[in-house]
Amino acid sequence: MVWDLLITGFLVLAGVFGFVGSFGLVKLPDPMTRLHAPTKATTLGVGGVLIASMLFFATKQGHISAHELLITLFLFLTAPVSAHFLAKANLHGDRPEGLPQPEGSEWATFSPGTDTAAEALAETGDAPPLTPPEGRDH
Amino acid sequence: MIATALTFAFACFGLALLLNLWRVVRAPGVSDRVLALDTMVVNVIALLVLYGIQQGTAVYFEAAVLIAMVGFVSTVAYAKFMLRGDIVE
Repeated sequence: MVWDLLITGFLVLAGVFGFVGSFGLVKLPDPMTRLHAPTKATTLGVGGVLIASMLFFATKQGHISAHELLITLFLFLTAPVSAHFLAKANLHGDRPEGLPQPEGSEWATFSPGTDTAAEALAETGDAPPLTPPEGRDH
Repeated sequence: MIATALTFAFACFGLALLLNLWRVVRAPGVSDRVLALDTMVVNVIALLVLYGIQQGTAVYFEAAVLIAMVGFVSTVAYAKFMLRGDIVE
């Protein structure tokens, strides 16, 4: 009975978090906040489902499986990486209007003229030429 | 009780998947579409695990792991394409 309550609680929590994450993706105003909603809430939602699944299979079926831990580990490792990649793409590509400027420098994206390490490489001649990809204006 | 909670979670993740599909179709920028696809992958993983709980089998975990891996690689490829205009340079 206690386990049933616990599993039910985790399932409901996961459902609410999963829905809120996707709702935030639709509802939030600008790209960076939209990036926040699914990467935080949906991994918590999937985490809840996986904990519920672990408890269910351990108590009802009587075998403890490590698959859930594998999925959790993989998701928690990859979610920040893909979120960071998408944030980089946001900063580099169609930059939003209200983005605050960091103090004293530019945002850390590749741009010819400010990327001194790439220019030093280009002077020695063993690097590709410093042309930005087509369709970008900076 | 668990069956009711399972139905509720199925409904929540199904609605979330529909919202993501809406975001893929109507989005202000390319990165929003990629983010919506990434979120779709995560929601599909949750749905697969929920279906595994409902059926009482552990078969669907392998499918969930595979989808997680393919989803991560595709998101990174899309982000690389947005950043550089090419995937393998």
